[in-house]
Amino acid sequence: MRDLSAARSPPLVSANTTLRALAPATRYILRGGPHVRAAAEQALGTRVPGNACRAFVSGERAVLWLGPDEWLLISPQASAAAIAALLGAALKDLPHSLVDVSHRQIALSVTGPKASALLAAGCPLDLEADAFPVDMCTRTMLAKAEIVLWRTGTEEFRLEVWRSFAAYVSQFLDEAARGII
Amino acid sequence: MLLIECPYCGERPEPEFVYGGQAHIVRPPQPQELSAQQWADFLYQRDNTRGVHAERWRHTHGCGRFFNALRDTTNDHFLATYKVGESPPTGLRVPR
Amino acid sequence: MIASLRTLSGGRIERSRVLRFSFDGRAYLGCAGDTLASALLANGVHLMGRSFKYHRPRGVLAAGSEEPNALVAVYRDAGRYTPNLRATQVELYEGLEAQSQNRSPSLAFDFGAVNDVLAPFIPAGFYYKTFMWPRGAWQTLYEPRIRAAAGLGRAPLEADPDRYARRYAHCDVLVVGAGPAGLAAAAAAAAAGARVILCDEQCEFGGSLLADDAAAPQLVAGRPALQWITETRAALEANPRITLLPRTTAFGYFPHNLIGLNERLTDHLADPPGELPRERQWQVRAREVVLATGAIERPLVFPGNDRPGIMLAGAARTFLNRYGVLTGTRVVLVTAADAAYRAALELQQAGVFIAAIAEARTAGDSPCIEQARAAGIPVLTGATVLGTSGRRRVNSIRLARLKHGEVSETHTQPCDLVLMSGGFTPSVHLFSQSRGKLVWDARLQTFLPGAPAERVRSAGACRGVFALEAAVADGAATGAAAAREATDPSRTGVRPAAALSRGAPAADASSTPADGGPGFAGALPQPRGAHARAFVDWQNDVTTRDLALATREGFRSIEHIKRYTTTGMATDQGKTSNLNALGIVSRTLGKDIPQVGLTTFRPPYTPVTFGSFAGFARAQLFDPVRTTPMHDWAREHGAVFEDVGLWKRARYFPRGAEDMHAAVGRECLAVRNGCGIFDASTLGKIEVVGKDAVAFMNRLYVNSWTSLGVGRCRYGVLLRDDGFVYDDGVVARISEERFHVTTTTGGAPRVLAMMEDYLQTEWSELEVWLTSTTEQWAVIALQGPNARRVLAALIDIDIAAAVMPHMSVATGSICGVPMRLFRVSFTGELGFEVNVPADCGPAVWQAIWEAGQALGITAYGTETMHVLRAEKGYIIVGQDTDGTVTPEDAGLGWAIGKSKPDFVGKRSLQRPAMTSPDRRQLVGLLTADPATVLEEGAQVMAEAGARAPTRPLGHVTSSYYSAVLGRSIGMGLVSGGRARMGETLHVPTPSGDVPVQVAPSVFYDHTGARLNA
Ligand SMILES: [Zn+2]
Repeated sequence: MRDLSAARSPPLVSANTTLRALAPATRYILRGGPHVRAAAEQALGTRVPGNACRAFVSGERAVLWLGPDEWLLISPQASAAAIAALLGAALKDLPHSLVDVSHRQIALSVTGPKASALLAAGCPLDLEADAFPVDMCTRTMLAKAEIVLWRTGTEEFRLEVWRSFAAYVSQFLDEAARGII
Repeated sequence: MLLIECPYCGERPEPEFVYGGQAHIVRPPQPQELSAQQWADFLYQRDNTRGVHAERWRHTHGCGRFFNALRDTTNDHFLATYKVGESPPTGLRVPR
Repeated sequence: MIASLRTLSGGRIERSRVLRFSFDGRAYLGCAGDTLASALLANGVHLMGRSFKYHRPRGVLAAGSEEPNALVAVYRDAGRYTPNLRATQVELYEGLEAQSQNRSPSLAFDFGAVNDVLAPFIPAGFYYKTFMWPRGAWQTLYEPRIRAAAGLGRAPLEADPDRYARRYAHCDVLVVGAGPAGLAAAAAAAAAGARVILCDEQCEFGGSLLADDAAAPQLVAGRPALQWITETRAALEANPRITLLPRTTAFGYFPHNLIGLNERLTDHLADPPGELPRERQWQVRAREVVLATGAIERPLVFPGNDRPGIMLAGAARTFLNRYGVLTGTRVVLVTAADAAYRAALELQQAGVFIAAIAEARTAGDSPCIEQARAAGIPVLTGATVLGTSGRRRVNSIRLARLKHGEVSETHTQPCDLVLMSGGFTPSVHLFSQSRGKLVWDARLQTFLPGAPAERVRSAGACRGVFALEAAVADGAATGAAAAREATDPSRTGVRPAAALSRGAPAADASSTPADGGPGFAGALPQPRGAHARAFVDWQNDVTTRDLALATREGFRSIEHIKRYTTTGMATDQGKTSNLNALGIVSRTLGKDIPQVGLTTFRPPYTPVTFGSFAGFARAQLFDPVRTTPMHDWAREHGAVFEDVGLWKRARYFPRGAEDMHAAVGRECLAVRNGCGIFDASTLGKIEVVGKDAVAFMNRLYVNSWTSLGVGRCRYGVLLRDDGFVYDDGVVARISEERFHVTTTTGGAPRVLAMMEDYLQTEWSELEVWLTSTTEQWAVIALQGPNARRVLAALIDIDIAAAVMPHMSVATGSICGVPMRLFRVSFTGELGFEVNVPADCGPAVWQAIWEAGQALGITAYGTETMHVLRAEKGYIIVGQDTDGTVTPEDAGLGWAIGKSKPDFVGKRSLQRPAMTSPDRRQLVGLLTADPATVLEEGAQVMAEAGARAPTRPLGHVTSSYYSAVLGRSIGMGLVSGGRARMGETLHVPTPSGDVPVQVAPSVFYDHTGARLNA
């Protein structure tokens, strides 16, 4: 029998000097109460944000607050099984939900001095550094698509986009770049 | 495009929200014990307020939470937003 | 000749950069820095348009965006044709082609001008009175004629090839208007450290100061005004927290301090780069707004006041000082305000002969009058105007004095330019749009901003502070205050803290009528019994007579008078006319202006292109186009796609010259006889996880879930609390505490939202959580008698019928890819649905495709899926249901968990109306002629020949040709349908009634033997 486990076809996206697709990753949605947060923190060795709209990064792992009982875990592609095992053991006795969404969405990177100006073509949030500082993350809208927007650097944003919206979001940013970058 | 204060995320633009109808209408715990009229009232009777209106919003494209708001329908200003299960801040009461 | 209409020097035009342009096909020369209006005037062209109703010849009235007359079209190519532009705002570029509007065949000779002669027969309201009879004539005669005659410019017929951009922006202080007050406000706010956006509709900042005589400048902060503008602008430009937006109109003020700006990026360029957007619409959320929108000069209302060559005094100043254009050679000024004297004196300075000044006010003590007389200009005080003459350009004016309503003296003055000024009207449009209260200021005789409803302040002339020095000081103080409040750390929310308590900031000591007011609102007095026509609203051709008629006919509210006469309802929204109309009505009714009321200002301030609102949302970016992981494979294999919500789904895969009918017939038979492969990835998927997962599912869905074992699936039906079917789908129990719920393709977001609603607001005690997995999985359906054989060779689990019966689920892997395998069927055949992580979908699909070749695997699309499910009587929510269908109606009563005490919708199902035997029930419909395929949506009638108003029994919901049955099949919702088995009903069609027999809705394999194979 053939082994196709490495044959991945991520959605195609437009790219330009400001916009590019990031590598595939392992992603989990963790949902549960405060006990779950504490236990997950311990198991992962990564802070799990309790404050709204915060992301914590530790090494290659990141945990993003999406809601008061909802976190997005992102780690390298190869770590899928390890994370599931780790959390599965640690949260065994706590009511929670852990769901693999690695393929549900893809990551886009928007970088450069015009990054926030470009995003402002479709995102109604204030992206000024004091209103949307580094390590802030949130679900929001980019034009007609929902995204998770995470500021990873002063001039660097990571967008998590459901895969069927990736083409739209990247084409939108490519069009919006005219006259901006 | 209104600016709405999500009790979890703070002030956010309206496109992130979905309106959820009148607030503080609790689903009867024992629907079978209700008369047809009582059940119909629960399903269909809503206020059409000129002035302060208690209503539900969901921060759908944000934290995903439902919450309650007091909004003056004459000028679209929000007097308060508060979490499900909470009462409005002191000094304000839910109109009925 | 042409050169003589330009001043020798001065102005803000570049005299050395000569530009060629054309108007109505005639070639002219202008200068860089000209507007179309100033360039035409420099060429001696005053006639620029025809009026809307009477087709009267018209020239420019104003020099800015308030211009009501000179509406032109600018032509670049067939797609780039912009009608209804104000010539006073069109910046000249090399090769500009402009056309006049509302005339036929030419501007100078216009057939429509017959309306002017017929004017006595078409007064205000004539539309309402005339076209009422005969009844049928409206559609056949009146409307087509009116449509042909009405309107201003024509719309281009081709698609707009330009690009339009959108930008969301946020700032501490938005300043609207970059005149003296606005510039000062922006500078002060910037100095306080605020994030500022400053916009102005003109190409240059400076506002009213741009119309100043540079040779005799006013001083601002001790410097010549133009120097102050340049320096202030440069300082703002150097500040990274300031955004400067020239050519940008603040067109709308929306709730919570959201202001719409339209920035025009390329309209002024001779050769706009095609890759750049033409316009960018800004949606600015400002913590504080400063309106510095200035004031607009009021025309005077007198007979014959609309001829070309009659314009506002300030406009003539602007053309003279800013554009270096002499708008006339022999001038009469009619005024009721001091500011206008400057125009006469400056024109005289430029060598123009000022024949006379008619001062409408009787008081002769204004220093301006002395100044004019000292300059040798005769001034007639207490004057009025009886009329003007000149067809395409004014050539004389009849001035007069009245005594007790009788003419006491008249003076006829030959002239080629009449200037007029009734004073200035503060531009409160945006303030009013923000729902702020306007208050009448008796001293200035105008409306001023009162109590705000948003966090907004007004500064300068727009709140009645007219004098330059005072306006600059007002701007600076307002800008500083706005910055202070915007950056106040204790500030919360968008509600204006003061709005509820603070009264109107009534015109205070700094409001100085000396330069602006009070002026005159209304019509200049006419001798008793005079019936001359004096225009109030230039663009909509509303005259004093129309207003008088409206009041005679009993209209009292200005809102009613406005609609009856159409005054103020043209594209300029009465910028130059509203206050005069109010003045006239107030005098006629003998009521004060505030009692007559004020009409509402609405967005947009000036017209905005549709492109600006569309923004990026056009062509491929109109909506997201969602595609599945296997989309490319389908495209490469010739799929015809259909839109399902935002998704593109393969509808069928035609081979060779096949049409849909042939392709679908072939695909259906392939599934029934061999094996079909189908992309089901768009189905909604929700992972329901937690220790209360079963309890949650029990409360939500009609079914009973407690008895569903791990590894088994069940068809779930979801109602709303009103008892009507909301969604359906297969639900699999993956583990004790984990369900894999599927929804319809379109229903995924709303089902998830409904689940979250109940969890968060009704059953928050349940420990269960939801995660959308719609896009996590690629779903490959393999259906048909050969499905098991195709699949078995690729996977690592046993799928023998005994191990994996119909409605079961298992996890394993396919070609090394982790898989959730469902044994389910929406076709009635032995079937599987392979769920694999989405990125792996294409490779797994290809592997199955190759493995199936020997067994005749056939790709099928949604159309075939629809036929196959209909042959089995499986419903599609939203097609066979419509939001008024109960489970019992749809034949799904069996799914209800009868012993459950409650579930969403249960109580409603017991309401009397929900159990009536007459309810529309889903049944099969078989046409007598097996080749006839009913039209979906067609009515079903009890009697042959019955038509509306006879009530139909129901309607056809699904209808197809079934290849395997060799006949058409249909389903419909029919009143009392299940009790009508065997009855013949009738479906009216355009070609006659089609008799149909009511039948069970399962047409194929009634025992389900194939399903359980
Ligand atoms: Zn929120």
